[in-house]
Amino acid sequence: MRVTDTWYLVVGALLFSVGAAGVLLRRNVLVILMCIELMLNAANLSFVTFARRLDDVTGQVAVFFVLVVAAAEVAVGLAIVVAIFRQRRRGATADDVSLLRG
Amino acid sequence: MNARDVLDLAWLIPVLPLAGAALLFCFGRRLGEPAAGWVATGALAGAFALSVACLVALVGLEGPERSHLVRGHDWIGIGGFRSGVGFLVDPLSITWALLVTGVGSLIHLYAVGYMHGDARYGRFFATFNLFAAAMLVLVLADNFLLAFVGWEGVGLCSYLLIGHWSERPRAATAGVKAFVTNRVGDAGFLVAMFLIFGALGSLDYAVMREGAAQLPAETATAVALALFLACMGKSAQILLHLWLPDAMEGPTPVSALIHAATMVTAGVYLVCRAHPFFDRHAAAGDVVALVGALTALLAGTAALVQVDVKRVLAYSTISQLGYMFLAAGVGAYAAAVFFVVVHALYKAALFLGAGTVIHATGDTQDLRLMGGLRRYLPLTAAGFVASWLALVGVPPLSGFWAKDEVLAKALFAGEPLVFGIGLAAVFTTGLYLTREALLVFFGNERFRRPAGVPAPAHDPTVSPTVDYGTPPGPPPLDGDPHEPGPVMTLPVLVLGVGAVVGGLLNLPFRRLEVLTHWLEPAFEGVEEITAPSFAAAAAVSVVSVTVAALALALAWRLYRRGLPEVSVDPLDVRLGPLGRCFGHAWYYDEAVTAFVGGPARRAAERLDRAVDAGGIDRAVGAVAAGVVRAGAAMRALQSGFLRRYALGVLAGTVALLGYAILRAGAG
Repeated sequence: MRVTDTWYLVVGALLFSVGAAGVLLRRNVLVILMCIELMLNAANLSFVTFARRLDDVTGQVAVFFVLVVAAAEVAVGLAIVVAIFRQRRRGATADDVSLLRG
Repeated sequence: MNARDVLDLAWLIPVLPLAGAALLFCFGRRLGEPAAGWVATGALAGAFALSVACLVALVGLEGPERSHLVRGHDWIGIGGFRSGVGFLVDPLSITWALLVTGVGSLIHLYAVGYMHGDARYGRFFATFNLFAAAMLVLVLADNFLLAFVGWEGVGLCSYLLIGHWSERPRAATAGVKAFVTNRVGDAGFLVAMFLIFGALGSLDYAVMREGAAQLPAETATAVALALFLACMGKSAQILLHLWLPDAMEGPTPVSALIHAATMVTAGVYLVCRAHPFFDRHAAAGDVVALVGALTALLAGTAALVQVDVKRVLAYSTISQLGYMFLAAGVGAYAAAVFFVVVHALYKAALFLGAGTVIHATGDTQDLRLMGGLRRYLPLTAAGFVASWLALVGVPPLSGFWAKDEVLAKALFAGEPLVFGIGLAAVFTTGLYLTREALLVFFGNERFRRPAGVPAPAHDPTVSPTVDYGTPPGPPPLDGDPHEPGPVMTLPVLVLGVGAVVGGLLNLPFRRLEVLTHWLEPAFEGVEEITAPSFAAAAAVSVVSVTVAALALALAWRLYRRGLPEVSVDPLDVRLGPLGRCFGHAWYYDEAVTAFVGGPARRAAERLDRAVDAGGIDRAVGAVAAGVVRAGAAMRALQSGFLRRYALGVLAGTVALLGYAILRAGAG
């Protein structure tokens, strides 16, 4: 059985779906952050796959950008999470933080 | 300097009093008395000197060239509409400018003395100067819009000055009444401007002069009638006259300047200026002439039995304004202007004389409490008597020539009805003014308080105006009245001399019709009305003088001895119920009050409920409620739940991607 590009794409799609489901279904803020990371990496996988199939280095370049953005996002996201946990010991889930409700 | 250079300075004529007003509004209180008065008088006298210079420059030009446009700034330019601030100096406008600044300076001078001790001395002169500036803008403007600015400006100053003694409720109400009544007329001015712009595409006089002749008769007549509505308001013609008698609540110099000599003649000016709309279409002219004639007669009858010294003069002013419109209506514009000029002279003298009398008798305005004052106020009496005889039309004083010309033109223009009404009004004129002059300056002295009776307390909130029908109060003075200083007697005398010799301006003989020839360029294209023969013109004079003489004789018989019994007025007694009708000015004011307070108010309230509350307010409320409901529905979206937003983002992305894929598949 030959492993083709399509396999990588399928894995990417699966990873993305798992991440999206996690973001939508889990309430723990840390888990949500990790799921977002999962989605980003699923996207990276697809980028690399296409870069190889199309023989175009641009896809790989995009991956580096995504990595940088992800790092920044994690830094900011974790800072927010820490701030939330400092504020409220109990009930620090994503649903409890709904001050902006109209 | 050549003539055009001088005429280019005409813009300074209104600017000088405007600067005076600005100065006095800022520093009037600090300048105090009498400096504020002198500043105001000086500013207007400067404007008078400039007007004279412009007159001389204008005389130096050839007849048809006697018109000069001072271009100013562009003011409004929207689409095809352009209007600027520019001044037109021509014989018509400069005549009015001379009148406003000349008579105005004398009245300012008089007011320096008259307003002595007033708490708002500075503000009075500031407003007085502002009035002069607005009036000069009105007459010098080169288009209808700028004239309208002046028109509204004089209305505003009229309101402010009528209510100068605002602690008197009557004065405050009278100011509001004048303002509101004029609003009705001003609506006519606006409509006229819309019509003119619609028909000619411009509000400039120059365009009007070229284009008015080509307008269809209906348009020209509509413009003329709308303009005349404005004139009826400003110049107090019947139906809209009711504010002028009440305007006498203002200080007497105000009555003299605004409500006798200048502002109320603005309507006549407007008809003269817009004469192309009136000329060619008989209907509009007939309306003007008839309203004028009826005003002359009805206001004359209302003046007959008034007991207030200023109210007689107020009704007299309305009546005389009627003559001016009578003349303008039959197309005798020069005669109308002549009448305006001489009327300004003698009526200002009469008002200022009345003011002196009011002052001398301790703020009394009741004719029944005067009498015999010529012994104590000889100079004022001289000016007053000269003006009285001039107004009545005794030859050869100015009023005789002016009135005679108006009546003759009416008859020879083929308007016997208007002529007849005007002639009847001559009789009332002779009667009411002779009555006033005799009651004030001749006959028995009725102003002396008997010894031992204390003087009544002075109440600043009570106006000294006396309505017809109120019983006379106690005599006001325990000493002799005395003549005021030269500041107040000089203007009366100068104006009195003007009233005597003013007729020289326009004697009805060839070559001596100076004013008519002077005004010819302004009334280009107007058919001249000429008498069929010298005998016919002389006959008209004889008839009108006879009528005036009869009235004089009747008044002399009734009032020669004054009032033997203070509360019995012989003319009123003889007229019986008609006297009451005259005294209440035909109950027009009462009727308007009853109508506006009754049915009109109810109708307005019904309209308020049905249209304002039921229609407009409900529509606005419904829109607001709809926005509130939509907002309430939308706020569910802003749940504040992070995961719900994430779902929204995901769903949106999927939807967009799905759309793109489907399109790519289809393409």
